[in-house]
Amino acid sequence: MKVFTCLKETPSRDTRYELSPDSSWIGNAEVTHEISECDEYALEEALKLKEQHQGEVVLLTAGRAESEKSMRKGLAMGADRGVLILDRERELSSPYRVAAALEKVLQDQEYDLILTGTQSDDYGYAQTGPMLAQLLGLPHATIVMQIQVQEDRGSVRALREMESGWFEWVEIPLPAVLTIQAGISQIRYATLRGIMQARRKEIRKIELGGLGLDLSSMPHLEIERLYFPEQTSKAEMIEGTPDEIASTLVDRLRREAKVL
Amino acid sequence: MKSPRRWWTGSGERQKSCNPPDCGGEAMMGEIYVLLDHSKGRVDTLSRETLALAQQLGRAHGLGVKALLLCGPSRSAAENVAGLQVDEVLVASHQRLEQYDPDAHCHALTRILAQDRPLAFLMGHSYQNIDLAPKLAASLKCGLVTDCIGCRIDGESMVFVRQMFRNRINADVRVRSPHPWIATLQSGAGAGNDLLEGSSPVVERTVDLSGLAHRRTVVETVGAVKEKVDLAKADMIVAAGRGIKRKENLRLLEELAEVLGAELGASRAAVDSEWLERDRQIGSSGQSVAPRLYIACGISGAIQHVVGMRNSANVVAINTDPDAPIFNLAHYGIVGDLMEIVPALTRKLREEKGR
Repeated sequence: MKVFTCLKETPSRDTRYELSPDSSWIGNAEVTHEISECDEYALEEALKLKEQHQGEVVLLTAGRAESEKSMRKGLAMGADRGVLILDRERELSSPYRVAAALEKVLQDQEYDLILTGTQSDDYGYAQTGPMLAQLLGLPHATIVMQIQVQEDRGSVRALREMESGWFEWVEIPLPAVLTIQAGISQIRYATLRGIMQARRKEIRKIELGGLGLDLSSMPHLEIERLYFPEQTSKAEMIEGTPDEIASTLVDRLRREAKVL
Repeated sequence: MKSPRRWWTGSGERQKSCNPPDCGGEAMMGEIYVLLDHSKGRVDTLSRETLALAQQLGRAHGLGVKALLLCGPSRSAAENVAGLQVDEVLVASHQRLEQYDPDAHCHALTRILAQDRPLAFLMGHSYQNIDLAPKLAASLKCGLVTDCIGCRIDGESMVFVRQMFRNRINADVRVRSPHPWIATLQSGAGAGNDLLEGSSPVVERTVDLSGLAHRRTVVETVGAVKEKVDLAKADMIVAAGRGIKRKENLRLLEELAEVLGAELGASRAAVDSEWLERDRQIGSSGQSVAPRLYIACGISGAIQHVVGMRNSANVVAINTDPDAPIFNLAHYGIVGDLMEIVPALTRKLREEKGR
């Protein structure tokens, strides 16, 4: 069982964002980065599959050179090796372009399954996985919460989240692309031994320019402006000590809202 | 029916003009296509909202609007769409379109959209379309903007509004690609459910799906829980979010709920952390509720949660982050530590009861 896991490095989840002066991107000078949340769950699923079915887990990342640090963490958790597409000028800012770059690298690789997160912590478009599947001609399933590989049938069963508390099990033939939902499992910690081993594991680096992609011919999503959501609040903000707040709120709920 | 409160109203500010190379600076002309999702013969609410938005854009900017329906041979949904005010209802029926199948749906839509090349193709941001839209966009090699909370026409181009960075920042996005520009729209992105009724010709579109391999099979559909807690009927709800931090803190909310006679609810984060059972989850992947009183404790107010509770008559939000979007729809807001505020509130209510 050979599983490729596509990881993206994104700003840490506790980042308090600032905007760049022209509002075209975030402006924080010193943002720390980490593996995007859903992608970390995708990696956890890949590592579980390796435990059940043996084989190899390969990390695939497109990003800045610093992404290597997040990939090392993935290797310390148990992945075997990594491939990093170096996007030094942030040219892969639209999902189609990311999918095209990943496809190019995967074209001459062997794999049974490709896992990635349902959506990323930065753009959050939730497009790269299904787009990659379409470009590779593979079946896919999104928002996956559980995976059962049916080796004898050459297929995978995936539990997909649906609306209003419903789920469905779907079966698709291998190889396939699955996008994994966050919060579905307990993510393992890297052991000290894992961290030591990760230093010696291979990360192959590929320059984006060397892939021969005509990025300008691909669909692009142009971010014209970023801004914080307008505060449209008409809420009455209640202040004071906890006891004062409680008194005021109970009074409002009784006299104004008439719910008590 | 009361229209849902809009939690975000958009800036309304006109953007600087911008001429994409394929439009030559002319005013926009053409058509907007809208996908009608349906179940049991009825067009679903989100699709109706999306179509209402397209009608509004069409009227304001002189664009045509067509509805597009994919269905099985029984065509039960097609009977219910002739009363919409659109230029045409396009119906493609085929055995393979009876149930959602990404390959069949993508293939059918690719054929129709590549032939007609409308300006834009709008879909509801449903779980099904999250699965389908990126595949379709890759198949057509067109740009897709997902999860939009707004959409406007700006001169010769369209601006899609969506949230990024875990819902903390809004972005205005333009698509640079051949038409159609594809978008999935959240509930509340448009005018609500004010769909214009009228009459429209139904036009058959044949799609050839023979020879298309059958790759995805639905093995089983399962409900989240056997004995579902029905929060939809709850009169009051005390809801827990990521901000309660530890399962032990849930006790404080339980005590408040008890004195109020309220049900406990949860955001997705609280359920994922296993603080509460999944049958108490409120939001797009959980239940939709409309109690008289909703007390959101440590819930930031991500759109996925908001769509499930914005019809609550009175919302109290307690959060440490003054910028949390939950305050945008709250009637009463408290910036502070819920570990202090909630017990004080419980004490006050007990005190009054004892009187």
